[in-house]
Amino acid sequence: MKTVKISASTHDIQEHPLLVRIAHWAQALAIIIMVGSGWRIYNSDPIFDNFRFWQWATLGGDPPVAKIAHMDPGVANALNWHFSGLWLLLASYLLFIIHGLVSGHFRRDFLPLNLPGLIRDFISALTFKLSHRLGAYNHVQRAAYWGVLFAVLMMFVTGLAIWKPVQLSWLTWLCGGYPTARVLHFIFMSGICLFIIVHVTLVALVPKTLVAMVLGRAAEPIHTAETSHAGE
Amino acid sequence: MPVNEPAKPVFDVDRRKLLRSGLSLGALTFLTGCDISDNDTVQSVFAEISQWNNLVQGALFGGARLAPEYPESMAVKDFRYNAWYHADQSPQLSAADYKLELAGLIDNKKPWRVNDLYALPQKSQVTRHVCVEGWSMIGKWTGTPLSEFLKRVGADTTAKYVGFACADGYYESIDMATALHPQTIMAYQLSDQILPVKYGFPFKIRIPTKLGFKNPKFVTAIYVTNRNPGGFWVDRGYNWFSGI
Repeated sequence: MKTVKISASTHDIQEHPLLVRIAHWAQALAIIIMVGSGWRIYNSDPIFDNFRFWQWATLGGDPPVAKIAHMDPGVANALNWHFSGLWLLLASYLLFIIHGLVSGHFRRDFLPLNLPGLIRDFISALTFKLSHRLGAYNHVQRAAYWGVLFAVLMMFVTGLAIWKPVQLSWLTWLCGGYPTARVLHFIFMSGICLFIIVHVTLVALVPKTLVAMVLGRAAEPIHTAETSHAGE
Repeated sequence: MPVNEPAKPVFDVDRRKLLRSGLSLGALTFLTGCDISDNDTVQSVFAEISQWNNLVQGALFGGARLAPEYPESMAVKDFRYNAWYHADQSPQLSAADYKLELAGLIDNKKPWRVNDLYALPQKSQVTRHVCVEGWSMIGKWTGTPLSEFLKRVGADTTAKYVGFACADGYYESIDMATALHPQTIMAYQLSDQILPVKYGFPFKIRIPTKLGFKNPKFVTAIYVTNRNPGGFWVDRGYNWFSGI
């Protein structure tokens, strides 16, 4: 695998097909909608007694306006966002997953993934020794991408368990019952938010990855094979 | 192109880059900050999608699928009060004067008195009440299956909707499939007590397959119709089917 990369050592190239870019940005928009509206819904009946999300970070309109139009602090709006955004998220997520599996994108770029590699890359990352090669993901990144894809899947599972605790009572039961399913929905949301913070921070540090995700291609004429793993 | 240029250590956390990432996060939150929820076009798109969600939920609904029932020991005695007004402003209906009016596609529209209602065959259920806000509570309700009542008064059960009018100005409506569901009852009792005033005396419609706000209290009229009558919260932007 590595020897193949040496032949392209003058350039690190990151390429994203149009389908991946569409699915990525649609998911990004959908997740902003789902999280923002979810926080407004959460605020109407907090799971954790003393914790509410900052109003400005939630989606559901101006509370005084909502009070007149909907007799609530924006919960009807938030629910409408949530139950609209879910279809956008479902469509873009399925597009991403099906494309990733069929095209070999997941196998090529998110695998192999193993524990020794994960530990090695994690330690390198913590000691700021992990180099970034445009277009190649280290084990920590691979694990993070699998993790966030799993978290979104679990948002659908726990979300369905909350939405349909009677029609899909078996699913709600598998999630530990209705109140527990709500907590799980919250936990997987938190995981996705954590991913977004790290993801966006890293993109800000390596802006060419943003170029690639917008225009489809970015290249960096940086290195030779020796530099691929500075920590080794 | 310079081939042997040293690899850039990418995690050199300098201030400018941190600022840039901060700005990106700021841009993200700004996106949610410039909230377009109250825009008229957005509201009409919401209404369209809500219609679609009604269809999806109607298809998911199983007319014979029962809501889970719990052991009686799990039923909450001090049930949570919930309405847009304070409990002490609840309408106080007197059992002597109360009449349940019937209208629409119903053969026998003779009004019903409390004692006649309470004399009908009854069933108990210990089910979970799920509020649209997220909280839920298990309670024990007792009353007459709405399907039984609709049969007795000769309602046209091929019609699409059953509507309810309430003494507190509330109104609601449900699909006929839900009205005929075996667990949809006219609940006269909560925790084996005649329904206390704030919970909807003389009865509420208890529907364990729907969200809490689809369970109207202080019901004073029941009607059968083919035109969707909407509902108090539904007309304020909440989803009409609201099945669970």
